[in-house]
Amino acid sequence: MSFLTRLPIQLDGLIAEVAGPDRGGIASFLGTVRDHHQGRAVRGLEYTAYEPMAEETCREILLEAAARWPVQVTLRHRLGELAIGDVAVAVVAAGGHRDEAFAACRYVIEELKGRVPVWKRETFVDGTVEWVNASQQAIGSGQSAMGETLE
Amino acid sequence: MITPASVASTIRVRLFASYAERLGGELIEVPAEGIRTVADLLERLRALPNGAVVGPATLVAVNLRHSPPGTAVRAGDEVAVMPPLAGG
Repeated sequence: MSFLTRLPIQLDGLIAEVAGPDRGGIASFLGTVRDHHQGRAVRGLEYTAYEPMAEETCREILLEAAARWPVQVTLRHRLGELAIGDVAVAVVAAGGHRDEAFAACRYVIEELKGRVPVWKRETFVDGTVEWVNASQQAIGSGQSAMGETLE
Repeated sequence: MITPASVASTIRVRLFASYAERLGGELIEVPAEGIRTVADLLERLRALPNGAVVGPATLVAVNLRHSPPGTAVRAGDEVAVMPPLAGG
C-alpha cells in the first residue's frame, strides 16, 4: 500500500477500500488546491516528500486511528505538480456510525498535517515561486497535532 | 570516492525543499567529528553558507523518526533535516 501518489486521487476507490456491510457511516475529507495564499493569487503548486518517512508516518497515523475508534480508514496524498482545484489529500473513514467516522477522519487529517514530511512550493500568478511553511513546529516536535481534543 | 573510512567519519544528511535549495543539494556529507546529537548537527549546519535558513522550527528525523535535539546521531544514521511541514 502506497499512500503517496503522483496520479489523480479517486475518491470512489478509497471508499471501496474502507466500506463494508457493518459500516453504516463513511466520512471523507478532501483537501484541494486553493487559488490564493495569504492574499496572493496562486496559479498552481508542487508537492515533494521525504517519501520513506512519509509512507511510514501515514501508516502509523492510520493504525493509531484504527486503535482509537472502530473504523477502517485510509488516505492518499498527491505529489508533483497540481492545478487549482485538484485534490491534494484525501482521507476516508468508515465505521458503524457517523461519530467514529467523523472523529477518525478528523484525527487523520490533523495528524497528517502535523507529522507527515511533505512540502509544497506555490507558483503565484505574478510568476514568483515560494516554498510554503504551513505548519510551524518547534524543533523535535512531530507530536500529536490534535492534543487531547478528541479524547 | 567514498571509502569505508570516509563513510565512518561523515554523517550523510538529507535536505528538503528550501533547505536543499539553500544548503547545497538534497544530500550533503558533514564531518562527524564533534557531532554527538541532533543539536550538534543543527549547529554545524547553521555555520554553513546560507545556514541561517535552518530556523528554530526545523525538524530532524533520525532513521525515519522525528527526533528531538538531544537524540544521538552517529555516522551511518539516516538523518533528515526538514523545514516546517506543509502537507495537506
